[in-house]
Amino acid sequence: MDQQKLEKILNRIREGDVRVVSRLIRNLEDRIPEAKEVIKYIYPHTGQARVVGITGAPGAGKSTITDFLISSYRKQGKTVGVLAVDPTSPFTGGALLGDRVRMQDHAGDSGVFIRSLATRGALGGLSAAVEDAIHVLDVMGKDVIIIETVGTGQSEVDIMNNAHTIVVVLTPGMGDDVQTIKAGIMEIADIFVINKGDQPNAAKLFMDLMRALDMMQECPGGWKPPIVKLGTTANPIKYAEEIDELRKKIDEHLKFLEDKKIIEQREKRKARVQLINAIESQVLVPIIDSLEKDGTLQNMVEKIANKQVSAHEFAEEIKNMFCKKEQ
Amino acid sequence: MANRKLRIMVAKPGLDGHDRGARILARFFRDSGYEVIYTGCHQTPEQIVEAALQEDVDLIGLSCLSGAHKELFPKVVKLLKEKGADDIVVIGGGIIPEQDFQYLYDHGIKAVFTPGTPLEEIKKWIDENVKVREELV
Repeated sequence: MDQQKLEKILNRIREGDVRVVSRLIRNLEDRIPEAKEVIKYIYPHTGQARVVGITGAPGAGKSTITDFLISSYRKQGKTVGVLAVDPTSPFTGGALLGDRVRMQDHAGDSGVFIRSLATRGALGGLSAAVEDAIHVLDVMGKDVIIIETVGTGQSEVDIMNNAHTIVVVLTPGMGDDVQTIKAGIMEIADIFVINKGDQPNAAKLFMDLMRALDMMQECPGGWKPPIVKLGTTANPIKYAEEIDELRKKIDEHLKFLEDKKIIEQREKRKARVQLINAIESQVLVPIIDSLEKDGTLQNMVEKIANKQVSAHEFAEEIKNMFCKKEQ
Repeated sequence: MANRKLRIMVAKPGLDGHDRGARILARFFRDSGYEVIYTGCHQTPEQIVEAALQEDVDLIGLSCLSGAHKELFPKVVKLLKEKGADDIVVIGGGIIPEQDFQYLYDHGIKAVFTPGTPLEEIKKWIDENVKVREELV
């Protein structure tokens, strides 16, 4: 693609052209090579958006919470992008993406962009295209990007490499108190939500969680994950108020990340994963190992985090380097 | 490595809440290897078109059992045209009298499938008639 066309695409994304944005995300999912070219070109314009991950078991209420969070952010004048992931069938490759059913009230609001993605074989709770789709919505100018993972079990933790703040949604009745001290998803929460708080055992879950948090070692910078209790959407006004509280906790966490300069660490953690994914798609694991040994990898991570160069650009460089060696 | 996958939206415009047919189709499309965006009942044409654009679908399947198909289906086609998205194919289904078929065809609905249609017939129609738009800008 020539410079002129790339510039045109960049401008269309910045103007909020829905068709260009949604097709570009589609092309990333379908692995159309020119989509990566576009990402390389627009990458230096990313870095403005704040990314919030919502994860939890199937049916825990992630889509409903996302729906109410959108409204809460809109009341604050913030624009919102949503990437909602649902599973791909391991048998047919098809998918039924149904998260939008709970997000109907934002039609006609150009400050909201919602896109459903299928996992297409990815096992970490997201889709391989999510990482780049975040860049696209970032360049589109969305202030907040909410990532809703697939319904997760215990170990689908890819969201931790894609979001600034991670909200883990729990519901009562999912097991005994040992569940709350297991490794995996319980460790990655910056904020816990107890949803469906009107149900029996909600108080017990709260107590179990409090005890588990007391046992927890201190998080970097001294953040202690708060627990936000939500009731039921049968009382939508009260639920919306409770979601406002959740939104405030997310804001507090983001402010904490910025104040304590931890956000740079998270960006670097994210940049590192982006780079590794990009290299893996082009070359083999031994090459990654050799890069890690001589420190090249770490230097690259620095530049990605500084928004100077995209991960895809580095991947191509490395590929050429190793092809030449073979000849 | 590139792998185009057809994206289909199944939506119910209007006020009826009978979505069994729509759900059967959504599930059938899933089992046929397509990606299906299911948006549920009680949709306005505006909601349907906005979701279709954000989801970048190639096909919209509208289901209506209330008798309002002559009003609602053409409205969806019209809105798509206004948004410069008339490359998205619209088909319809539900309780639709045969004498209304021509009216719907004349207003841009590309096919109509009523109860009893074998699911394979719908899939065959889609595979023959729906192509993915290729240009980005």
